[in-house]
Amino acid sequence: MTPATTVPPSATPVLSVRDLSVRFRMRGGRHIAAVTGASFDLAAGQCLALVGESGCGKSVLASALLGLLPGNAQTAGTALLHGEAAADDAVDLLTASERTLARTVRGRRIGLVPQSPAAHLTPVRTVRGQLAETLRELNRTPRSALPAAVRAAADRAAFPAELLDRYPHELSGGLAQRAATALALVGGAPLLLADEPTTGLDRDLVDRTADELRRHADDGRALLMITHDLAAAQRIADRVAVMYAGRIVELTDAAGFFGTPGPRHPYARGLLAALPERDFRPIPGLPPELGDLPGGCAFAPRCPRATDRCASAPVLADGVACHHAEEPVRA
Amino acid sequence: MLDLHAVTAGYDRRAPVFRDASLTLAPGESVGLLGPSGCGKSTLARVAALLHRPDSGRLTLDGEEVRGWRHRAPRRLRTAVGVVFQQPRLSADPRLTLHDLIAEPLRATGRRTEAPDRVAELAAAVGLTGDLLTRRPHEVSDGQLQRACLARALVLRPRWLVCDEMTAMLDASTTAALVAAVEEYRTAHGAGLLAVGHDRVLLERWCDRTLEWTDCAKPAA
Repeated sequence: MTPATTVPPSATPVLSVRDLSVRFRMRGGRHIAAVTGASFDLAAGQCLALVGESGCGKSVLASALLGLLPGNAQTAGTALLHGEAAADDAVDLLTASERTLARTVRGRRIGLVPQSPAAHLTPVRTVRGQLAETLRELNRTPRSALPAAVRAAADRAAFPAELLDRYPHELSGGLAQRAATALALVGGAPLLLADEPTTGLDRDLVDRTADELRRHADDGRALLMITHDLAAAQRIADRVAVMYAGRIVELTDAAGFFGTPGPRHPYARGLLAALPERDFRPIPGLPPELGDLPGGCAFAPRCPRATDRCASAPVLADGVACHHAEEPVRA
Repeated sequence: MLDLHAVTAGYDRRAPVFRDASLTLAPGESVGLLGPSGCGKSTLARVAALLHRPDSGRLTLDGEEVRGWRHRAPRRLRTAVGVVFQQPRLSADPRLTLHDLIAEPLRATGRRTEAPDRVAELAAAVGLTGDLLTRRPHEVSDGQLQRACLARALVLRPRWLVCDEMTAMLDASTTAALVAAVEEYRTAHGAGLLAVGHDRVLLERWCDRTLEWTDCAKPAA
């Protein structure tokens, strides 16, 4: 078994994140540790699902990768976005200037599939208008070629051509999601970042949206899906990163995580056990405040396996950050 | 008994959202109602919670036919039903602390003196701890706020609970915790439950029986 943090040698990573940390400076000199020491690689054609409870730092991580953090945020570590050819310079998303991010990264090298498409789309313009504007801006599509390009862009996200003249409020949740996905795909970005793409959709639509995202990964894009919906993650992810209190506590293959041998971190085991198709038993207690994290393992106060050793923070080794992880299965 | 009989409801008399919906809950029974988004199940939940006047049809609560809705409903009927909505952010007054949010139904019914004991008891039941009760909605997570909204629904000890997609925004562990809190309350007080949603796995695990939307209502013509 290859260690979970490396990618197969055939695939060069599109995104390599190393020791990414985000701190928010608050009034009174307090700090909120939203993300601490996150590291992962993501290759073309691969889907990594970042799962965890609300408030665990998932969306902050996404904002950091897009350079959309508020002014009181401090970042550390690196997040290298590699070009298609080896000769292309990698961009460090954490240190790149706003000018670089705005002109070469957002939309062109990273496509964002937003959490609530209804809020992401411009309410006063039709889907056609928004696609045309994005095509002109990102691809410099000439006016004469626009009608065909708009239809092709809509088609790529399975958005029906006959509904192109609708305004966002005239679309159902699923159709709005497709319109937003179509916009994210326009620039041909090699990395797709989907932030809770299935929130509020019903099960059939979750499955369809997830399958469509998977299709875009199969077309050779790298897909980072941030979600609290474990069923959606199970459906399409190749690998799973579990986040708790701002740290990645387990990073492993999706098949083993959701099937056998199952997760190794007690938090991940609890999260899966809480599913209604499994034990339907909640993890006791509440996640800790990110501004007031305990010194050692942040999960220890809720953990059935906690001992004195948990007073020191465990590091992510062999895909799991826990002093008392389930033993890995050695084949 | 909570009995919806041939209810037609919507937001425009000429174009109701659904027609002829009928549904009966026995006391203490839990029923899951499954339907896709946009089918009208939330509107039916609002009717069952006395929050939306149907165009036609009857709602009978424990033998008494409901004739007034929203503020026109008599207090003894209004307080017999507790309701939890999908989006806690939209159903919580941002100016209230979680403590006051949970105590609001007591204040509104002139039972303010019961608040300290009752809030403490319910906070423990839904898993809210420590200083969370002194915070306002923008200072807590969706899951924590939904826990408070459930406590608010239980504070008057309703005989019926209506949960409209109560856990759709929440992670697996918070979902299981909230369902466990509802079931604990129902076991202690024998309350009936109408849980509306689209998650078949969840509702089949949670409820005594589940109904398909298409089996209890006709779509608008």
